[in-house]
Amino acid sequence: MNSLILRVATRFMLPLLLLFSVFLLLRGHNEPGGGFSGGLVAASAFVLYGFAFGAAEAGHALGADPRRLIGAGLLLAVGSGSAALLAEQPLMTGLWAVVAVPGFGDLHLGTPLLFDVAVYLVVVGVTLSIVLPLAEE
Amino acid sequence: MSLYAVTLLEGAVTLALAMSGLALFLAFFRLVRGPSLPDRVVALDLIGVIAVGVIAAYDILTEQPVLLDAATVVALVAFLGTVAFAHYVERRKQDE
Repeated sequence: MNSLILRVATRFMLPLLLLFSVFLLLRGHNEPGGGFSGGLVAASAFVLYGFAFGAAEAGHALGADPRRLIGAGLLLAVGSGSAALLAEQPLMTGLWAVVAVPGFGDLHLGTPLLFDVAVYLVVVGVTLSIVLPLAEE
Repeated sequence: MSLYAVTLLEGAVTLALAMSGLALFLAFFRLVRGPSLPDRVVALDLIGVIAVGVIAAYDILTEQPVLLDAATVVALVAFLGTVAFAHYVERRKQDE
């Protein structure tokens, strides 16, 4: 498809959708959202990019093979789960660190956040490794 | 005064929901009936837009701002679906 309107709109939409996906990912801990819905929104952003510029170009914009994202996400999930073992606690226990950020307050960082990021990566990887080859035909 | 404002808001939202329901019915009629494929695609897009309106109105009624995110996602994804349908309609025209 060769549409100037779609291409210009996509250039505005891609950063907006990616920002919204990160917002959903980070908010998911206490409110609706999380790695799964955030990952789906990010994947739909790249699908939109693929419709406007071609699937090959979307793969290039992603910067990595979607299957590598699946691997990286699964590895991160295992890592975030087994981090508790190093602290001599049962597997997948949430570990939290409170980081004081000047001008913002206390930032609670922990392994559940890492697990959410892992889910995000796996969802983006799986969705794009299904959709991009379909769009290439 | 404030009581009056609340009932006015509730009346407006209820009216908006009723009219959205009617619009949804008409759009669905076009989706089922629609002689050509582009008619159906436009009807589907319209259903998405009305769904966003319904979610927004319901959001006001229940005072749940979280629902607005669902409306945002529906608005974005409905747009994506329309683009995809347009892509395949165009391709089918080229094949013929």
